[in-house]
Amino acid sequence: MFQKIMVPVDLAHADRLERATTAAADLAKLYGATVVYVGVTAPTPSAIAHTPQEFAGKLQAFAADQAAKLGHQATSHAMVSHDPTIDLDDTLLKGLNETGADLVVMASHIPNVTDYIWPSNGGQIAAHAKASVFIVRMA
Amino acid sequence: MTDPTDNQGIPEPDGDANLIETDYEIGQDNIEGSVGPFGFDIHNPVFMISGLSIMAFVFYALALPEQAGAIFGWLRPALTNIFDWFFLGAANIFVLFCLMLIVSPWGSVRLGGQDAKPDYGYVGWFAMLFAAGMGIGLMFFGVLEPVYHMAISEPLGVPTPFGADGTVIPENVEAAKAMGLAATIYHWGLHPWAIYAIVALALALFSFNKGLPLTIRSAFYPIFGDRVWGWTGHIIDTLAVFATLFGLATSLGFGAQQANAGLEHVFGIPNNVTVQVILITAITAVALVSVLRGLDGGVKVLSEINMGVAALLLLFVLLAGPTMVIFSDFFTGLGTYATEIVALSNPVGREDTGYRQGWTAFYWAWWISWSPFVGMFIARVSRGRTVREFLICVLIIPSLVCVLWMAVFGGVAIDQVLSDPATSSVKANVIDSYSPELSLFAMLEGLPLASITSVIGIVLVIVFFVTSSDSGSLVIDTITAGGKVDAPVPQRVFWCTFEGAVAIVLLIGGGLGALQAMVISTGLPFTIVLLLMCVAIVKGLQSERA
Repeated sequence: MFQKIMVPVDLAHADRLERATTAAADLAKLYGATVVYVGVTAPTPSAIAHTPQEFAGKLQAFAADQAAKLGHQATSHAMVSHDPTIDLDDTLLKGLNETGADLVVMASHIPNVTDYIWPSNGGQIAAHAKASVFIVRMA
Repeated sequence: MTDPTDNQGIPEPDGDANLIETDYEIGQDNIEGSVGPFGFDIHNPVFMISGLSIMAFVFYALALPEQAGAIFGWLRPALTNIFDWFFLGAANIFVLFCLMLIVSPWGSVRLGGQDAKPDYGYVGWFAMLFAAGMGIGLMFFGVLEPVYHMAISEPLGVPTPFGADGTVIPENVEAAKAMGLAATIYHWGLHPWAIYAIVALALALFSFNKGLPLTIRSAFYPIFGDRVWGWTGHIIDTLAVFATLFGLATSLGFGAQQANAGLEHVFGIPNNVTVQVILITAITAVALVSVLRGLDGGVKVLSEINMGVAALLLLFVLLAGPTMVIFSDFFTGLGTYATEIVALSNPVGREDTGYRQGWTAFYWAWWISWSPFVGMFIARVSRGRTVREFLICVLIIPSLVCVLWMAVFGGVAIDQVLSDPATSSVKANVIDSYSPELSLFAMLEGLPLASITSVIGIVLVIVFFVTSSDSGSLVIDTITAGGKVDAPVPQRVFWCTFEGAVAIVLLIGGGLGALQAMVISTGLPFTIVLLLMCVAIVKGLQSERA
């Protein structure tokens, strides 16, 4: 049913992703799909990496780690955004296009009052992506 | 199980990255959390100290307006009068340093590593360079300065073409015209852009090539070492936030007064505090929309629109005015600038005190106090350029655009003043009485379609404020988040709103002049900071080439 599952990853808060990555891994194994971990970084140095290249390396290591731990096929896809605070949704949608994934599994916070002003990333992706979107609420 | 070739997004670096090894981790001093539903991620203590000290100074200016006015009203001219030689000398060093880098082998170092691709195309990049740091000045001084220097300030002792009785002295006209333009170009050409370029290059180099956070303190790593992560760095960053926020807020306050004067002149809209508060609120609201749309969708788009409209106005004035005279002025002004630049930038042994201290030293202090903000913004959008390309594009091309702008706006105004002094509105508003905020509109009055072009002029003034305000908010947000560019949205909303609020409070309560004088006074310590940055740049580039 699904060939490629895209999982957006925030490496700075990887601890909050466990439910989403587990769900993605189970789906991947069920359908024999590959999981592609997509991460977005600014071109400037961050807490995660000094350069976009270093970021790509860390994302790749994260993918390898998940693959070993959860036993599924995994790749990574790092992307640069000039202003990730604002452009994250657009960048992820572009990533969806570039990877050709047919399912997105992503973690999202429980909606609160700010979602009326700034909709959650998960909500935005679900509203605009052509692929199916599975939003996993953080516990 | 991973397939390394499938990592299409970012190419692998070719060769080793030349990062500075430091134990500091970006964001290690940050506090993350939320206030109600709003998340935050701020640097401790830079965010709190800057916010509180800004409020403290606003209260001081409001509580003791006369004392604040007296202190800073004295301080600013005192600094430019005592240290004029220092400002002029330092600015010369910055220009020579940039020119040296262009021709040196270090020019081939690429910001972001040898394989980095430019983040922005030329059009968007140039638009953002101008819109952040200089656009509003071009609108305000394009007519005022050439006319003023030709007729009143007498740079290098070149005499005014007007006699004591107001009649034109024909033999003085050519030299005064050429000097009026050259003396203006000097203030808007290589020197200010070299000041911005030094800060921008230092930050871009230490952030993109060395892996340090994008914040002012990083440029001092080669000098202070790991101490920049402690109080030395906190003070540097706080000073930068301080100068940026007050620089923007006071300019916004004055800008609202100028726009109001323009609106009164063109439409008869009353000139009072209520209208000015509405203007500041509107400018802040548009800036807020711009920062919420982000760097690419807001700031860049608005800068491009602004540059397009400004270019159309320039073209209109060029064609509607005496076109051939303007072209001739352009080349004469440029030629005089080239031949007189050494004399104009000579820091000692000069007689033209009014021009040298009142204008040049003031401008240098002003550009330098704005350099942390404009420099950091330029750095953020300049990744992927080589040092040579960066300096040519930040130094030479904007200088030429400014020369053209001044030649067109100033040239037309000077032509109006000299060809019909009795009826010239520019002469009435610049020479006979000093109403700088009306100078642009006075010049446009002498051209066809003045009612349309004046409106475009007012819109441009307002939008140039928006493009300074939005980029400034992003810069302050990044500095107060310890160099993180992905801090939560409410933070940039906070700084943008705070800036508008400070402007309104100072406008209503008084104190705009005092605090602007204070900002310009920060130009003195920052001059030393910039000189140190030159040393840091050399050290940084040396290790890139090693």
